[in-house]
Amino acid sequence: MAVYEHLYSAFEGEKHSAWSRFLVIPRYALREVFKSKLLVTMFILCFIYPLVAAILVYLHHNANALSMLQLNVRELLPIDASFFRTFLEIQGAFSFILTVLIAPPLISRDLSNNALPLYLCRPLSRTEYVLGKMAVIVFLLSVVTWVPGLLIFFFQASQGGFDWLWANLWMIWAIFFGFTVWIILLSLLSLAVSAFVKWRVVASGALLGLFFIPSAFAQIVNGLFITHAGNLMSMWASMNSIWRGLFGLFDRQAATVRARGANRQMIELVMMEPPLWASWLVIALVCAVCVWLLTRKVRAYEVIG
Amino acid sequence: MAEMTNVIELEHLSVTFGKRPILKSLDGALKGRAIGLLGPNGAGKTTLIHTLLGFHPPTSGTARIFGQDIATEAKKVRASIGYMPERDAFIAKMSCVNFVRLMAELSGIPARHALERAHEALFYVGLGEARYRPVDSYSLGMKQLAKLAQAIVHGPKLIILDEPTNGLDPPTRSRMISLIRQIRDGGRARILLSSHLLRDVEECCDEILVLKDGYIAANCNLEEERKANRKFIELETRGGDRKAFAESIGALGCDYALSGERRLKVIMQETVEIKDLYRLAFEHEVQIRRLNFKRDSLEEIFLKAMENENPANGENISVGNGNGRADNGGL
Repeated sequence: MAVYEHLYSAFEGEKHSAWSRFLVIPRYALREVFKSKLLVTMFILCFIYPLVAAILVYLHHNANALSMLQLNVRELLPIDASFFRTFLEIQGAFSFILTVLIAPPLISRDLSNNALPLYLCRPLSRTEYVLGKMAVIVFLLSVVTWVPGLLIFFFQASQGGFDWLWANLWMIWAIFFGFTVWIILLSLLSLAVSAFVKWRVVASGALLGLFFIPSAFAQIVNGLFITHAGNLMSMWASMNSIWRGLFGLFDRQAATVRARGANRQMIELVMMEPPLWASWLVIALVCAVCVWLLTRKVRAYEVIG
Repeated sequence: MAEMTNVIELEHLSVTFGKRPILKSLDGALKGRAIGLLGPNGAGKTTLIHTLLGFHPPTSGTARIFGQDIATEAKKVRASIGYMPERDAFIAKMSCVNFVRLMAELSGIPARHALERAHEALFYVGLGEARYRPVDSYSLGMKQLAKLAQAIVHGPKLIILDEPTNGLDPPTRSRMISLIRQIRDGGRARILLSSHLLRDVEECCDEILVLKDGYIAANCNLEEERKANRKFIELETRGGDRKAFAESIGALGCDYALSGERRLKVIMQETVEIKDLYRLAFEHEVQIRRLNFKRDSLEEIFLKAMENENPANGENISVGNGNGRADNGGL
């Protein structure tokens, strides 16, 4: 089919392997993502905290720098499980904002332009299509979450010595697994929203709503019934419990409050967090529902029976 | 590619949406270089195409494309197909060349070749000059051509075109038809063309499959039909000895029938040529004012198929069964 010949011809060369074909989708999608100045700016902003964390680690181990700055960072901020859990929380929040900007058009744009039949008439399954779209989010979020998290961990290990590394080796798993669960949740949820809402702005709004409305509702329930059970309605709270669990910081006894009892005497109530397994269950259920929604919605053509 | 290879084989293929049967136990083998898929709205044309592409699972039965089962070898089947959907379909905010290139890569063509193929495909369909523009900005005709480019970029063995001339102005339509015919005549790809426009099918296809209410109403080889029609000739004559002229034609071995005062119908023999008729007319001083080949047009075939009230009762119409292709009975 040479340009000058204007003839139709089949492709005679060797085709690339079938298993890796879905990776073509993120390659093209990432190119589009980095065309947006807003996204590039947000992507760069996501590295601010890792940079701050790296500086803190450096200062922690550099007496000269500490004395020059007249700081006592070692006492203020120990580099331990809490430090890395805070890292997860902050980067988790940044990655959520990044997802709100990246994910909504991923499937919705294909749906509104009827592009799905074009993908699915090729040797590409629906699962591979979703995996391809998911890979865009997974790649970008990985770059701003567990990758800098582990780099900071190893930076700290290089400064803290072998003993510190040996004592905290388990944190590698906690950082990687904690972020992975978060990334899977965000990507499935955002793709499910993207598959249901054709307009980008509405999809972004829906994604924000799915996080903030249940969280607000959870706070209301917690306030009204003097409980922490409402946290199960909030994906953010459930994720926080999971992260605390992974870093060995989860304590069911969250707080104590004083309240007036039946005989008008003040009593102390112990506020119990929902059990850790319940938080895992909530996240697993949300993921399962998202997968089900994607199975229903990602089709070449919708069939009305 | 051998001319007689079965392109599509249907084996009791049924598709049901909910409780509504759409395709009802279709049987048959399609072998043409370009197969026209005809039928009124709701006959099941698009469902058949979507089922062949694996978008809808068959409720029962199966189909094979180039001998590969659409259910068990779906990926292999789809690798050998190029599909141009009926509705507008593109990837937004992407230049046409990148869009076609992406489609090529998804079909398995390595990145380094995909760009080259995309350029070639776009030049081939006539979008060479507009290839760097986003597809969203294209006119309807250009979008149709872009869809054709993405369908052929990986050089498939079967190209499925769903209403390719929908909404096109006459020059663009004629360009589209000429491209389809060019691909057909090149012989490197077979074509399955679904269209409401009988003229498009007639111009491009050598075999047709007519669907009605989810059944096959007719399956005929237009090429054979055209050949067969060349044997029937109707003459309009003036003057001379018409009867003697007719008898002399009969003496050549042709059957004939006189009708009215001027008409003469002749069934030609293989050995007889048109110039023989003119020679005999000259000898009998008969003027041939008009000579018509009887033509069983596609419209007639289609209407015959539509008249058949219930093709499910084994009354499947098969017209011009030149190569034994009336084998989709038993419906």
